[in-house]
Amino acid sequence: MEGANNTMSRKIRVLVAKPALDGHDRGVLMLAKALRDAGMEVLYAGLLPTPENVARIAVDEDVDVVALSLHNSAHLTAFPQVKKYLEKMGAGDIQVVGGGIIPPEDRKKLEKMGITGNFGPGTPLEEIIEHIRNVAKKKWESS
Amino acid sequence: MSDQIESKEELNSYKVKSKKRFNSSGFELKEVYIPGDWNGDYDSKLGMPGEYPFTRGIHKDMYRGKLWTMRMFSGFGTPEDTNKRLKLLLSHGETGLSIAFDMPTLYAFDADSKRSKGEVGKCGVNVSSLKDMEIIFDGIPLDKVSTSMTINAPASILTAMYAVVGEKNGVPKEKLSGTVQADILKEYIAQKEWIYPPEAHMRIIRDMMVYCTRNMPKWNYISISGYHIREAGASAVQELAFTLADGFEYVKLGIDNGLDVDEFAPRLSFFFNSSINFFEEIAKFRAARRIWAREMKETFGAKKQRSMMLRFHTQTSGYTLTWQQPLNNIVRTTVEAMAGVLGGTQSLHTNSFDEAWALPSEEAVEVALRTQQILADETGIADVIDPLGGSYYVEYLTDRIEEEAYKYFRTIDSMGGVIPAIKNGYIQREIAATSYSHQKKVESGDIKVVGVNEYAKEDEKPINILKIDLNAERIQRKRLREVRASRDRRAVEKSLERLREVYSGDENSMEAVIDAVRNYATIEEIANVGREVFGGWKEPTIL
Repeated sequence: MEGANNTMSRKIRVLVAKPALDGHDRGVLMLAKALRDAGMEVLYAGLLPTPENVARIAVDEDVDVVALSLHNSAHLTAFPQVKKYLEKMGAGDIQVVGGGIIPPEDRKKLEKMGITGNFGPGTPLEEIIEHIRNVAKKKWESS
Repeated sequence: MSDQIESKEELNSYKVKSKKRFNSSGFELKEVYIPGDWNGDYDSKLGMPGEYPFTRGIHKDMYRGKLWTMRMFSGFGTPEDTNKRLKLLLSHGETGLSIAFDMPTLYAFDADSKRSKGEVGKCGVNVSSLKDMEIIFDGIPLDKVSTSMTINAPASILTAMYAVVGEKNGVPKEKLSGTVQADILKEYIAQKEWIYPPEAHMRIIRDMMVYCTRNMPKWNYISISGYHIREAGASAVQELAFTLADGFEYVKLGIDNGLDVDEFAPRLSFFFNSSINFFEEIAKFRAARRIWAREMKETFGAKKQRSMMLRFHTQTSGYTLTWQQPLNNIVRTTVEAMAGVLGGTQSLHTNSFDEAWALPSEEAVEVALRTQQILADETGIADVIDPLGGSYYVEYLTDRIEEEAYKYFRTIDSMGGVIPAIKNGYIQREIAATSYSHQKKVESGDIKVVGVNEYAKEDEKPINILKIDLNAERIQRKRLREVRASRDRRAVEKSLERLREVYSGDENSMEAVIDAVRNYATIEEIANVGREVFGGWKEPTIL
């Protein structure tokens, strides 16, 4: 795991965000710290950004991955919107990863819309870190 | 313990036993507590139940006089859905209603706002205007029930709506009984549902305190909440310390604005989390009562016993519920509920086993309520007051938690109070650090979670979860259009103009909010006046 970054030319850049009216930030703050400890460059969008704001920051900051977290049941609306705005801004290659209180059947719907991960409560941080490394790698290989 | 290690088995058991143990607050625990571990004076540190410093409970007879209130929080979808649910609860003999609002309402956005998309009616009921409140309480005798509303940033608007609904139903506001959470400080600390900067919200809370103290004698205008602070990752000590520190700020606010402490302190109540470390939680509740009583008496000069009594509602911990093997959550909730009862809570909400998946299903809510009923009627734990009082361990923990809380009070004081400690990010960072270190211990296996990092199963069977009607958003948008079309537009504009004037100055804003609500100004229109006058709020950097 430690060596993973050495094989890559630069650090993975991740934007973590909660793109809705949702202040439950325990998970997102923890994730941000963990990603940073795992050697990534982490930006946090702050609270209450709109999906459009999140996409705008992702593009401006040239991130590889946007990691979204919601605990308010708005994931089916908000996550795809972020993706839609990214595509609109010509940044469809930025990977969108989801997490939060996401029922299993919603997971499948999100996957179909190109949002990966969709991690539920209790997911080990290592699993999320690994997933983010993999999708970032995928993005780099395709560009 | 024998000095000789007799066998390999014994060596193993010795190794296990000698491993260090810590609780959530990081106290290293001894193997056993003995008389020397607690030398407190009975009368001054514990006293009788119902007597200062209330360590053992706030009532002389506690649960023999009145059992704790089983107050289950509910609310979802449209006002009609919630009205139906409330009537069902009333028909089951409940007299205490507890209402959950959706995210747009909590942030004061209307159902048809762009920001509300996908969120209307999801996590609670949607209220955009007085019309919605009229429907929620349709046919409910407001002079006979007490209503608890979990609302913070827009609490003055919802209080105003409740007062007007009462007035329209012939129940004057003097007779309305209930609670709004209105604890904005813990929003900046933990739940993060604010509209304006802290000073503006504190001014609005002041307006509500002063107005309700004089005009709504049965309205509890603040429920000082540690629940969310704990859920955000705090330890037991941090939950206690930050919550009581918030409480002291509200007391200062009242006193600084000319209220007599004994006039308003009895209206303040608390809301705590009961988490999974059983004895630590019980000690926390006991320490909370003692600290509050002492500070109210000695620092704030309260004279009435009622002003010194810390009354609290408890909710079991949502954070400890696991998505994996959800039925195990019934056991966790039971243990946490027991700690709340043994800690002397006045009311209790037990979480449902499926809440790591979604809002609870009816079946899961029923099990949660039955859990309380079994504790109350079968186990005997409510028969004797504070049965753990005098336990060397629990008394040691109670004292230690109190000492550690005072360390936080001193740090916060040295920063100039809670608001500066929020603005510089100190409190938020303390919580985030505890949360992260806890998670790392879970990942390393130092903290065990059954079904998650031990005894995990490969395939988790899905459970039946509550489905929210997706029509709520459409119905609420349509209703709002009708409200906008039928109201007197000039009256709305005039009342909002008046509110702007009041918000720009320093006079009490409650009457102006009540007028705006009565004219069917929407929650967002009212909050927009504040947004213009006070501005918004951006959190300091925590990471």
